[in-house]
Amino acid sequence: MSDTHAHSVAYVRETQLPQQPPPTIETGAVKWVRQNLFNGPWGSLLTLVSLYVIYLILAGSLPWLLNGVWTTSNIRECREVLDGATGGCFSVLSERWNQLLFGIAYPSDQYWRPTVAFVLLIAALAPVLFMHLPRKLLIFTGLYPFIAFWLIWGGTIMVPIVALIGVGVGYAVYNRYVADSFAMGFFGGVAAAMVTWWLGGFVIGAMPGFIALEAVPSRDMGGFMLNMILGVVCVSLSLPLGIMLALGRQSSMPIIKWICVVFIEFIRGVPLITLLFVANVVLAYFLPPGTNFDLILRVIIMITMFAAAYIAEVIRGGLAALPRGQYEAADSLGLDYAQSMRLIILPQALKISIPGIVNVAVGLFKDTTLVSVISMFDLVGMIRGPILASTDWNGVYWELWLFASMLFFVVCYGISQYSQWLERQLATDHR
Amino acid sequence: MNDVVPETHDVDMAVSDEVAISIESMNKWFGTFHVLRDIDLTVYRGERIVIAGPSGSGKSTLIRCINALEEHQAGKITVDGTVLSSDIKNIDRIRSEVGMCFQHFNLFPHLSILENCTLAPIWVRKTPKKEAEEIAMHFLEKVKIPEQADKYPGQLSGGQQQRVAIARSLCMRPRIMLFDEPTSALDPEMISEVLDTMVQLAEEGMTMLCVTHEMGFARKVANRVIFMDEGQIVEQNEPEEFFNNPKSPRTQLFLSQILGH
Ligand SMILES: Nc1ncnc2c1ncn2[C@@H]1O[C@H](COP(=O)(O)OP(=O)(O)OP(=O)(O)O)[C@@H](O)[C@H]1O
Ligand SMILES: [Mg+2]
Repeated sequence: MSDTHAHSVAYVRETQLPQQPPPTIETGAVKWVRQNLFNGPWGSLLTLVSLYVIYLILAGSLPWLLNGVWTTSNIRECREVLDGATGGCFSVLSERWNQLLFGIAYPSDQYWRPTVAFVLLIAALAPVLFMHLPRKLLIFTGLYPFIAFWLIWGGTIMVPIVALIGVGVGYAVYNRYVADSFAMGFFGGVAAAMVTWWLGGFVIGAMPGFIALEAVPSRDMGGFMLNMILGVVCVSLSLPLGIMLALGRQSSMPIIKWICVVFIEFIRGVPLITLLFVANVVLAYFLPPGTNFDLILRVIIMITMFAAAYIAEVIRGGLAALPRGQYEAADSLGLDYAQSMRLIILPQALKISIPGIVNVAVGLFKDTTLVSVISMFDLVGMIRGPILASTDWNGVYWELWLFASMLFFVVCYGISQYSQWLERQLATDHR
Repeated sequence: MNDVVPETHDVDMAVSDEVAISIESMNKWFGTFHVLRDIDLTVYRGERIVIAGPSGSGKSTLIRCINALEEHQAGKITVDGTVLSSDIKNIDRIRSEVGMCFQHFNLFPHLSILENCTLAPIWVRKTPKKEAEEIAMHFLEKVKIPEQADKYPGQLSGGQQQRVAIARSLCMRPRIMLFDEPTSALDPEMISEVLDTMVQLAEEGMTMLCVTHEMGFARKVANRVIFMDEGQIVEQNEPEEFFNNPKSPRTQLFLSQILGH
């Protein structure tokens, strides 16, 4: 090429130049900063403003955090120690630590029991959350509610044992008859469990002290423990209930469909707080006098119903998103209704619904703080009531509310991260 | 490639005189719309029937009535000696004896190919998992995609998915197979791989009812072609007769339309 043009063109490069590294201004950190922070006059201005805002926030909060006082026993001592300097009175957290976690009334020498229950909760949840763990661990998950009840409420171990036997008997009866007809299996199982519990009541009455822990009544539950109890129980109950409601709403049997629609629409149309007031006061009117219907149980029922109605609607969306061909393929293979729901429809519908379900679960967990309004001393109730009202700690708002927010944030952020991980795990359809 | 490549000569299988499906004066309505009118049809074991007809003539509805995906309102359908009634047990039994392939495959996207194939045998037939997997691999080999067993449906081509769908039905060891336009959602180059599989099935003596516009397949495999229009069976005959000597004017029109260009 150069032969032909050597005379006609002033200069022809005959050799290929080696590649040069780009100028420093186009590499690494410098390039990144230029492209992302000082990209044009507006970009630069925004960056500078943002940096200033960040500076203000840190300048305001860092001294308060780092200079905090952790060891005084009341707010006046704390102020003396600080002596006018900026600093948080975090000693309210260390001094009231147990109250924040367990409430005022839980016997202090028994704190180990809810703590153990919490640690076991992690072990019980693991096989549910992570599917690659051995399935045998689910046996412990099944036993966990009984163990946790015994640990937290105490009393004789016969109570959870009788409850467990009742469930076992009910399930055995259900299994025996469900092949003949679902209704027969279901109602037979429920009846068998009831009878077992009723008979077990006599056994419990006869041996109240058998391997007993100190009994703690429900009204003594409090602090973050109460939020955890309500959150965990209500989420785990509302998911199956929500699934049943969603399926019931799709049912071809008009009565079932009608009941589910009315339930969902009614519960969704009512504020949770009114349901809690109903649980607190009104339910007592409907019960025969003298019946002692546990307050926590009443609250659990209300929150569960509330969350289940929302979850049902989320799942209905997932069900509607499935093409009709999936139902037809399952039918044409001879799967019965329960099998096609369990194996084909629900796994796909639930996967679509994960973000919505997590949304409801996170909301539910935070809404457990509403019980403070019906004078239960959950974390928020503890802070608002006994702690801030005491002369010792009247006025330490920031420290307490920051702590409460952090506790809830950690749990809710964990749930959200888990759900995103789960969605990635389940992304098998390569659509 | 061995014995399964379709030969050039017609599939020539014995048709027994045992009745597989009998439909007697069956009628079906969608609301007030009369989709199927007085259908009478007897299918003998080993028959390969192709159902043709213009769009909306009720072909899909007819074969969907046979495994009760659609309910019929009048008349009587007997499958393998069992009368189709609204009894759920009865319906599930018939469905597990009758395989069905859909236009859009309808594989289960959340399950691997192998799981798609073993699901029904394990849960409906109560076959042990190991054995079900062996059966599944056998049929996946038969449709020539054993190497895809661990993939998911979304990773396969349309033709491969349809062959998996056929294998999935076969794993239930059905005595009758229904096909609803199995090739019409496929690109042309994939149609033949699915048709090959179906020809192979026919050679093995499977009773087949097939809604399709593949007239080459009908000529080669079918022993009877049924022409439907406006919810009625207008004409039925052996393929040679049907294509060369259509009797009713509607059939003639239909054939001239689909073969004419
Ligand atoms: N679920 C339904 N509800 C109401 N009408 C329906 C329903 N399914 C089908 N139809 C109607 O019934 C008629 C027959 O439908 P069908 O699907 O059986 O036709 P087809 O012969 O299979 O047509 P194609 O070749 O387009 O698949 C059509 O007019 C269709 O609109
Ligand atoms: Mg059709």
